[in-house]
Amino acid sequence: YTQPVFSCQFSDSAGYVGFANLPNQVHRKSVKKGFEFTLMVVGESGLGKSTLINSLFLTDLYPERYIPGAAEKIERTVQIEASTVEIEERGVKLRLTVVDTPGYGDAINSQDCFKTIIQYMDNQFERYLHDESGLNRRHIIDNRVHCCFYFISPFGHGLKPLDVEFMKALHGKVNIVPVIAKADTLTLKERERLKRRILDEISEHGIRIYQLPDADSDEDEEFKEQTRASIPFAVIGSNQLIEVKGKKIRGRLYPWGVVEVENPEHNDFLKLRTMLVTHMQDLQEVTQDLHYENFRSERLKRTGK
Amino acid sequence: AGSVESKTEAAMSELVPEPRQKPVVPMKPTGINASLLGYIGIDTIIEQMRKKTMKTGFDFNIMVVGQSGLGKSTLVNTLFKSQVSRKSSGWNREEKIPKTVEIKAIGHVIEEGGVKMKLTVIDTPGFGDQINNENCWEPIEKYINEQYEKFLKEEVNIARKKRIPDTRVHCCLYFISPTGHSLRPLDLEFMKHLSKVVNIIPVIAKADTMTLEEKIEFKQRVRKELEVNGIEFYPQKEFDEDLEDKTENDKIRQESMPFAVVGSDKEYQVNGKRVLGRKTPWGIIEVENLTHCEFALLRDFVIRTHLQDLKEVTHNIHYETYRAKRLNDNGGLPPMTVETEENHESNL
Repeated sequence: YTQPVFSCQFSDSAGYVGFANLPNQVHRKSVKKGFEFTLMVVGESGLGKSTLINSLFLTDLYPERYIPGAAEKIERTVQIEASTVEIEERGVKLRLTVVDTPGYGDAINSQDCFKTIIQYMDNQFERYLHDESGLNRRHIIDNRVHCCFYFISPFGHGLKPLDVEFMKALHGKVNIVPVIAKADTLTLKERERLKRRILDEISEHGIRIYQLPDADSDEDEEFKEQTRASIPFAVIGSNQLIEVKGKKIRGRLYPWGVVEVENPEHNDFLKLRTMLVTHMQDLQEVTQDLHYENFRSERLKRTGK
Repeated sequence: AGSVESKTEAAMSELVPEPRQKPVVPMKPTGINASLLGYIGIDTIIEQMRKKTMKTGFDFNIMVVGQSGLGKSTLVNTLFKSQVSRKSSGWNREEKIPKTVEIKAIGHVIEEGGVKMKLTVIDTPGFGDQINNENCWEPIEKYINEQYEKFLKEEVNIARKKRIPDTRVHCCLYFISPTGHSLRPLDLEFMKHLSKVVNIIPVIAKADTMTLEEKIEFKQRVRKELEVNGIEFYPQKEFDEDLEDKTENDKIRQESMPFAVVGSDKEYQVNGKRVLGRKTPWGIIEVENLTHCEFALLRDFVIRTHLQDLKEVTHNIHYETYRAKRLNDNGGLPPMTVETEENHESNL
């Protein structure tokens, strides 16, 4: 990490105090500390969640994956599985925890399948509340879920009843980012129609998904608008490298052509990744200021503290 | 048609379904018979049967089952090259997903080469779409049995119609979601229950979502799961009549099925030809191109080679099983629409 270089003229001019430097100091401290982020992925089996996560973070989070058969799934209930990976890029360290929810939506009767998930969320809030109220607050570990990617099947006509119920139950506890999975199954027209349909249904049911904050003065307003207009993101993931025009890229090879994961004309993968990494801070903030505070005030009201 | 009724009469005298007989197909005169003094013309019976079928036409009832959005209606329309199934999709559809499984049967008469087919497509909207899908196959099983009951009632009448209208489900296409992982619990449950009462043909829907390797792996996995769970899909091993059937069907069972299909009602220009397909930014998926998907295999299988067999197995096996159970259960007979007391005497 190199020291920021200040224009010399400032240090001598009268009246200059020097706290304009503060953001840089915060920045430096944060970088030294490293960032922590917890991302939850929810969606029925086979929507490409794991592949997408691996593609997003250019890693293999699930090296020895076992996929159970249908008969086994009949017995299974929803599990919560967290995997943590440390990613470093240009000196910046990210400790990413991905929380998986295998079993979600698999059972014939999925009535209770998100109870486990709600309980998990509440437990993280509870723990944080407890730590926050404790004596030693130096090393509070933040395991709260900062963002939840909810995977919508591209095979339906919009949201399924389970999708609606889940999002209604969790939009007050976590930032929900709806994602249309396996988007290469749709033509462009079908994609647009599906997106519109989903947005209509979200609005119809009063579901509150994560809203991108307005662009700051130094941000590209147009880019932000474009990103906002693409929600829900229609994405494709891939664990395979394919050679296209002499370059090796992540993609899917079909008899009729190659789908490129990082090609914005093929799908919204890049938009999703960019949105996520440029909003990690905001996602954490909203989790803290909105979802956590809601939980906390409800909790404290209940116990009459 | 004539042949159906004579077989029925034979079966009526027993309570146990007799093994089905293949209709007699006269062979071309071989070496031995070449010494016939003249040409008799027995082989013209094939032409007579064909003409009869053309005149009377035939019924074919196909049911589609699967979650909403798996392209069932599009596939049926593609199979029969007509708008025989009203797409529930209408992205503009007014109706929401029904709260319980509905059974919707729509009939069409389509004609090809002078042959008329009364095609009925039975849709099952609502199947597998709820949060709680327990027993959602029951309305479907009920419908299928009701058609057997209807047929049975007609059969035991004294004054029978010359041609009993056949509303029995000859074929049930079950749509498997192309997750690439395995079957879903609901798939297993449905097929376990229904493979005993109807011919089930599992298909992998929207197969353009899988690469070639994924497709092969998924098909293998599904076949294994079906086998391990004792699910016998059509063509069922136990009904192979002879070695020729067995060889042909073995290949289909062990390699081709479940067919990974893609449906479309839109045409595009590819290499100077107009083809049915799906246009994406990375290429056009041609529905009838065997290197792209197995639609053509499914079509040939259901329509061009096994259509008659589907009807025969339905009549000779599934229906007879139902009938035997009905006759054994009630110590008798389906309740008669009694007009006169004479009806009772004709019953077994």
